[in-house]
Amino acid sequence: MSFGTIFAILVGVIFVNNFVFARFLGLCPYLGVTKDTSSAIGMGMAVIFVMTMASIVTWPLYRYFLAPNVLVEGLELARVLRTTSFILVIASLVQFIEMLLQKVNPALYKALGIYLPIITTNCAILGVAVLNIDTFFKDGKPLPGSYLGSIAQGFGAGVGFTLAMILMSSVRERMEMANIPKALQGVPIAFVTAGLMSMGFLGFSGLIK
Amino acid sequence: MRKWQILKSGLFKNNPVFILYLGLCPVLATSTSIRDGFGMGVAATFVLLGSNVIVSAIRGVIPRRARIPCFIVVIATFVTIVELFLAAYLPKLNKSLGLFVPLIVVNCIILYRAESFASKNSVFSSFLDALGMGFGFTLALLLLAFVRESLGKGTLLGYKLIPGFEPAVIIILPPGAFLTIGLLMGFFNWRKNRGKTVKCD
Repeated sequence: MSFGTIFAILVGVIFVNNFVFARFLGLCPYLGVTKDTSSAIGMGMAVIFVMTMASIVTWPLYRYFLAPNVLVEGLELARVLRTTSFILVIASLVQFIEMLLQKVNPALYKALGIYLPIITTNCAILGVAVLNIDTFFKDGKPLPGSYLGSIAQGFGAGVGFTLAMILMSSVRERMEMANIPKALQGVPIAFVTAGLMSMGFLGFSGLIK
Repeated sequence: MRKWQILKSGLFKNNPVFILYLGLCPVLATSTSIRDGFGMGVAATFVLLGSNVIVSAIRGVIPRRARIPCFIVVIATFVTIVELFLAAYLPKLNKSLGLFVPLIVVNCIILYRAESFASKNSVFSSFLDALGMGFGFTLALLLLAFVRESLGKGTLLGYKLIPGFEPAVIIILPPGAFLTIGLLMGFFNWRKNRGKTVKCD
């Protein structure tokens, strides 16, 4: 897998198909944790970390343990157990990262710790794992260079999500002072703002075919 | 009479989408046409019904500290049923819902109802609660899909609405989803607070 392909995957997932603005993934933290920039950055970093780890773990899990196209007693495990095994693996991974950080790097744990528990139910994490399988497997067979590609896609998705979080939090900090109609205050105006940002991101479409 | 209240609460007073702001990702992503929106709503309602009933039935056996993983396994089972069913019988719908079928498993509404209602109430009440919440979710999806399909494609369920009407494509694209739901939420807030404003002076 060449550098160019990886670069294309990164640009594609950060700008063209941004997880928040084009795919509608991870909207709960996007609205919940963007009231100030510092917590948006903390959440973003935690998401980059967990998404990359999830991509590293779920690809081999799908390829070797669930083994698409292999029948076990007439059942194709990859079809029946994909969702269940992915969500369980991601949940335990998050728990494990939390414990590891606490022991190894308490400073980092202090910065990211509070965001880790709510990441499990962030649909963007499971989303990136399923998306990797959808893009890098064809008829149950991995495409060449797919492991590296899926890790790049996981990392890039996290970066794109963080970018969206930082953009949104900076706008929301300004909006605190603005005079907004009462009915639109809070979440509704945040959605309208996201719509305008999404329009900007629409300009990137066509960059990658 | 109380049972009726449980059923009704999810529809309007505690509408999961417009009042509780839960499960927004699939709502925005699958509301480009009424058909997709309805499919998503029914799929999520089915999972909600199954998980609420099972969680409520086994609520005495689940150890308190391991309850969230137990809920997730129950929910994932029903999501797998939906996935396999859609792939086998409705491949077209499955394709347009795409990623969001497996993602029902992390839909906040379902885990939230399991945790805050089904794990504390009887099976029948949980069934009604799931039905109300599921209908509320579907209703919100249909409303959004109605606005987006009619303005963005100029059609309803695939039929042309007004001849000569030039649809605003932006409503079908991602920005339109954000704008539409923001304005609809604003509208519901305005309606909720309309009678309450009392002049101070």
